[in-house]
Amino acid sequence: MARMKFLCDVERCIECNGCVTACNSEHDVPWGINRRRVVTFNDGEAGEKSISVACMHCTDAPCAAVCPVDCFYTTDDGIVLHDKDLCIGCGYCFYACPFGAPQYPQESAFGMRGKMDKCTFCAGGPPQDNSQAEFEQYGRNRIAEGKLPLCAEMCATKALLAGDGELISGIYRERVMKRDSRPDTWGWQKAYNFKS
Amino acid sequence: MTAPAIKGSFKVSEDWRPRAILLMLMIAMATLMISGWILHEGVFASDTPQIKTTNPRASFWRTVREGQAGVTTVQGRERTVLIQSGGENWRRVRNLFLARISPWLLGGVFFVILFFFFVHGPDKLKDAPSGETLNRWSLPHRLLHWYTALLFILMALTGLSMLFGRAVLIPVLGHHGFSGYLGMAIKIHNYGGPFFVAGLLIEILAWFKPNIPEKIDFDWFKSLGGMIGKGPRPHAGRINGGSKAWFWFTVLAGLIVGTTGLLMDFPEFGLSRGMFQVVHIIHAVIAVIFMTGSLGHIYLGSIGAEGTFESMWSGKVSAQWAEQHNDLWYAESMKAKPAQSEPAG
Repeated sequence: MARMKFLCDVERCIECNGCVTACNSEHDVPWGINRRRVVTFNDGEAGEKSISVACMHCTDAPCAAVCPVDCFYTTDDGIVLHDKDLCIGCGYCFYACPFGAPQYPQESAFGMRGKMDKCTFCAGGPPQDNSQAEFEQYGRNRIAEGKLPLCAEMCATKALLAGDGELISGIYRERVMKRDSRPDTWGWQKAYNFKS
Repeated sequence: MTAPAIKGSFKVSEDWRPRAILLMLMIAMATLMISGWILHEGVFASDTPQIKTTNPRASFWRTVREGQAGVTTVQGRERTVLIQSGGENWRRVRNLFLARISPWLLGGVFFVILFFFFVHGPDKLKDAPSGETLNRWSLPHRLLHWYTALLFILMALTGLSMLFGRAVLIPVLGHHGFSGYLGMAIKIHNYGGPFFVAGLLIEILAWFKPNIPEKIDFDWFKSLGGMIGKGPRPHAGRINGGSKAWFWFTVLAGLIVGTTGLLMDFPEFGLSRGMFQVVHIIHAVIAVIFMTGSLGHIYLGSIGAEGTFESMWSGKVSAQWAEQHNDLWYAESMKAKPAQSEPAG
């Protein structure tokens, strides 16, 4: 079985936000929620670097560990999903997540946040695969169609890689060898306890 | 075999050969070290570009991991921070420290009180009530007490459900049943919190004056109000030392829990993720200590001391209860009784 992971090649990301747009339109995410975002460091300076980040689908997911209603589950592919029917919008996962993945449709007085929303690795949620109910709650289920996440598929520079961890780290390793650079498997140590 | 071996070794040490070998080894090591230094200073240092032994971007990634903010077009709460490590500390403190210690604290104190009740028994009245009563708490005071007490119990049960419900209640109610319950519980907790704080503040205003500690209140603790030991009951005014201690404990714990709770309840206060983690732990730790302390108050106010419950329920206490627990107040009330039947406050 595959172990699905994201890998953003820092040397290739050009901050076009194509991944963010692809995600928003594919899943019809509510206004104000962005499951993916691109963060740029040293913006406008020499050595500027951009990274596209969403839920990293951690091996030992902090969100799942702190959830008071135990609404998270990991699929056979290593994708971390959650059940919105169980979510009570307490905000704990947002406070625990290292990557800032969990989002809420609202944030108003008395701690009312609504159901948490986050990247599903285009794998939907608990309802029937590709049913209308699944689409409305979680967005498209591309994994069930045999496709990979759209953010990575749409990435113009192929900076964002999504797929089986071994496969994408192999592609990345080849790139690192070719350009004689150093590996920056960004976020992998935190998400997968991976040391390059 | 051991004795001859030691003898033999003494003999060998007198031999010059091992010492010579040791000396040669030391010279060789010193030469190696010096040559390494000469080689480095003389050969490599002369080549101007230093050999980079670390990742040139190591410090860059270190600052990113420390939660330094970047730039992003996506709007929202702390979107510019790529990675925050505080969440994992919070997870560990909550799941490994808080969730593991608090059941022992709460359960331990509960069973100590239960043990005390069965071994020592409740604090009985020495003399049977004669039927003569004194007014102790007027209706507004009782309403204030029970209003705050009810909210305290609601806050405690819903709060504990947030921490332990997953382990304790999911096996009973199932995932969907528990989620339905907790969804309601968190609303009760979040909407009820400010009402509890309001009750607490009114309590502070209404009761702080008679609760100012005096010297006799410290003596009260020597025998826990005469509950243990054989000596005569310590003197106490309208409020005895134990009750005063509980009052100030409530003020302190209540203000901490209330302030931290309000901070988390209103996003308008702009609590950051890092602050939330700290504030949440303070809130939960103090709340657990608060609940533990309340067990003692609930015990003494119900089955622990005969006649005490009446004072907060009907507002009246028997003269015998007053004489036993608050003798100075009793004497004062008896003096004032012909003139005024209801003491102020």
